[in-house]
Amino acid sequence: MDYVGEHLLPGKLGQFFVVLSFAASFVATISFFKSANAKSLGDQASWKKMGRLAFWVNTLSVFIVFATIYYIVRQHYFEYNFAWEHSGKKLDPKYMLACIWEAQEGSFLLWMMWHGVLGIILMFKARQWEAPVLTVISFAQFCLTTMILGVYVFGHQIGHSPFMLVRQLFQEAPIFQRADYLSIPQMQDGQSLNALLQNYWMVIHPPILFLGFASTIVPFSFVVAGLWKKQYGAWTKTALPWTLFSGAMLITGIMMGAAWAYESLTFGGYWAWDPVENASLVPWLVLVAGLHTQVVYNATGHSLRATNLFLILEYILVLYSTFLTRSGILGDTSVHAFVGSGMDLQLILLILVFLIPAAVLYIINYNKIPHIKKEENTWSREFWMFIGSLVVFLSAIFICVATSLPVINRIFGTNWTTGEDPKFSYNRIEIFIAIILGVLTAGGQYLKYKNTPKNLLWKRIWPATAVALVISVLISLFGGIHYDQYGTGFLFAIHLALFAGIYSLVANVGYIFTGLQGKLKVAGASVAHAGFGLLLVGILVSSSKKEVLSYNTTGINLPFDPKTKENPLENITLLKDVKTDMGTYYATYLSNDSVNKTGNIIYFQVKFQDKKTGESFNLWPNLIKNTKGAENYSNNPDKRHYWDHDIFTYISYANILDKVKDTSGFVSHPVSLHDTIFYSRGIMILDTVYVNPDNGKYHFTSSDTALLAHIRVISRDSLQYTIAPLLYVKDNRIHRVADTLFAQNLAVEIGSVMTNRKLDLRVKESSDMVPFVSLKVYTFPQINLVWIGILVMVTGFWMSIIYRRKQRLRPEPALVA
Amino acid sequence: MKRLHIILLVFIAIAIGLLVSFMGNLSTYETIASARQKAGKSVTIIAKLDNSQPIEYNPVKDPNYLSFHIQDTLGNRAKVIYHFGKPYDMEKAERIVLKGKMNESGDVFEIAQKDGILIKCPSKYKDDPETAKKNLSQTQ
Repeated sequence: MDYVGEHLLPGKLGQFFVVLSFAASFVATISFFKSANAKSLGDQASWKKMGRLAFWVNTLSVFIVFATIYYIVRQHYFEYNFAWEHSGKKLDPKYMLACIWEAQEGSFLLWMMWHGVLGIILMFKARQWEAPVLTVISFAQFCLTTMILGVYVFGHQIGHSPFMLVRQLFQEAPIFQRADYLSIPQMQDGQSLNALLQNYWMVIHPPILFLGFASTIVPFSFVVAGLWKKQYGAWTKTALPWTLFSGAMLITGIMMGAAWAYESLTFGGYWAWDPVENASLVPWLVLVAGLHTQVVYNATGHSLRATNLFLILEYILVLYSTFLTRSGILGDTSVHAFVGSGMDLQLILLILVFLIPAAVLYIINYNKIPHIKKEENTWSREFWMFIGSLVVFLSAIFICVATSLPVINRIFGTNWTTGEDPKFSYNRIEIFIAIILGVLTAGGQYLKYKNTPKNLLWKRIWPATAVALVISVLISLFGGIHYDQYGTGFLFAIHLALFAGIYSLVANVGYIFTGLQGKLKVAGASVAHAGFGLLLVGILVSSSKKEVLSYNTTGINLPFDPKTKENPLENITLLKDVKTDMGTYYATYLSNDSVNKTGNIIYFQVKFQDKKTGESFNLWPNLIKNTKGAENYSNNPDKRHYWDHDIFTYISYANILDKVKDTSGFVSHPVSLHDTIFYSRGIMILDTVYVNPDNGKYHFTSSDTALLAHIRVISRDSLQYTIAPLLYVKDNRIHRVADTLFAQNLAVEIGSVMTNRKLDLRVKESSDMVPFVSLKVYTFPQINLVWIGILVMVTGFWMSIIYRRKQRLRPEPALVA
Repeated sequence: MKRLHIILLVFIAIAIGLLVSFMGNLSTYETIASARQKAGKSVTIIAKLDNSQPIEYNPVKDPNYLSFHIQDTLGNRAKVIYHFGKPYDMEKAERIVLKGKMNESGDVFEIAQKDGILIKCPSKYKDDPETAKKNLSQTQ
């Protein structure tokens, strides 16, 4: 059949470049491999030239594929499944890129684009390491391209092509019997980007996160190169800025996700130990462990084996996290609810093709990796850095096992799952990790490599220790941290961790002045550790002092399990225009009549008034109409920032969410002037009818056709109200504006003007008419410390990158063995 | 024995201790029938909404009381009480993961934690081919 109106050229072009990038990555892998193994310099150079060319072709192809998808989405070519499924005509242009990386194929492309960029930088920077390192990266490109290849081999589909047509994917759908199927309404517009994802974080978070993800391959490649070329420790200086870069980008990406979760999702915080969050945190932790042992090796010659191990594992864990989040295996444990892509086998193979060669290389070379027989001195920096790395690694293993329960169940046929309180099952263990790491990062830098004279150590560290002790005791006494929901033992651990965080902050800031004489150039590590300490304090204070403001004072109190100590009456219902007592605030729900430009977001105006200060402000929590053919809504919070806390609210329920159809309809009453209508709670009388009213609300002129009825309502308790429905004609159509009287659950509209000077008044009585909104309101004290801590920590990473890059160029100091 | 080995042994011991303690706090997936036998114990049930019974939620009266009925794959039914707001898109859920305790008489499954309900909606985050298919076959 010849279909009408399809644009097949971009798809064919795009698919051509998919195949070209696939072939080029293969050629690049082989060429770089040959170059790395070549005996003669001539062979080495000529294979390298070939490899470089192929890598450039691969990278350019990947960018062209991406651009082609962008073109298809931008042109609204809905014959392509990609455009039909992920974009729509109404989609704001700023989300046109976001809707590309919403899709599996799009996010793989993003990953490959970053691989390409990093690979090209390495061509210029990696010098003698170029060939082996780029072999690994080209091979990764090759593997990732299979994910978007979309070809069939022996009946198995390899990857999903982003250029599939809707009619190819859903061949059996009847509409494709028609040649002009594109003119059918469903094909005229796409399913659009998921409403929850239409958010500026969706524009920025995935590219940064994927840059972090992509960059983790660089330290891994250096390890593989070292093992392969049997130059075990020779790469560690060259690779250190890359390890640092990877660490900085990955945590930036992760914490952007956390900020997103905090700001515009209603998870009730920035971190929930959700499996999808954990899956990206675990590789970062292992990378950080590897970073520290790498620094130790550079300085002392210790810990090279550990460095190799950690930097291999961090990349394997990145691939494992890809499997976890994309295979759908986390479906029952994660709120992120990824749907399986049917590529499970391919994703498992992706792990294995990297794990097996790396593991074999590591094991057969293990004994040849240089190590120092003599053990580290107990009073040396390298010893405690190694312990710290082990603690970080242990924490990563724990999180990884806990997150992998669905995988463990699948393999061993067990049926374990996290208990009723998944967050606490992590927190109660991580808090001790935090205490240890806080103290280690505080003291670590005061130790010297090799050995530290004890009296010197005490002399330098006691001021910081004393200051930290005083501050943390003051905060513990007067800071109002009484989080006893999990017993006094956990509360005690929180205070200990608070001390550890403050200690880390104070000691590292102090070290910049006492240890480094204020030389900021070399202070990267101190700054990063101070940021870590601040982050720790921020996490502890904001979490333990997080408070629900919307304790329900209106509802019925239910008996609760006294053991949980939790008062779950966390939602409060506000009736429209009724000022409600809400703890330290009065809250009033004012309106819900504002919408955004495209009409898919409804804003609810809620006024808060501080009882003490009298300060009042409005918050606008909102509901976003879902796309993807669903008529439901998603909620989107609003918050007010103060320097020391945030007030945060979201809608847990509102009338418009009511799916129950209003069964009571309008009942017609033909009435003349001064006639009486009876309703269940009283009577109403038609007092006056104004023709073309011109009052405060309506401005009609004599050229219009409009009627406004004034109806007096007298309820049984003899209260009087007025209700004023309107009827007007515009553009040859009748428009009715009903008026409602919430106090009486009454709505009245003018149905029509009848011949005998009567009006058809239509009356509706319904108990569901009172507009209300159920809210949850939180306060997060000191939440800013979390964000500032992260920013300081990442700044420290970047300072180290700059410093280590320069250091790398200097001649190597002789290692002391 | 070298100090490194001692350190590693200590770490392995701690790791095992952590895992044992973590495993001790795990719950298991149960059916409604087996959850009744483990009344009072914290368990996880995967079920779907029993549409033959109404969802009881009246936020004007009490926004923190939700009650509904579930049915598992074996056809057993139970009433669930949840003391937080009503999750969005609940009616659309194809599957609900519930973490809580069956009461002693075995007729009510109580959920005491806010995170105790996980609603699985096909269309929430990711695209569902079934919806797309339905969408395409509607027209004629």
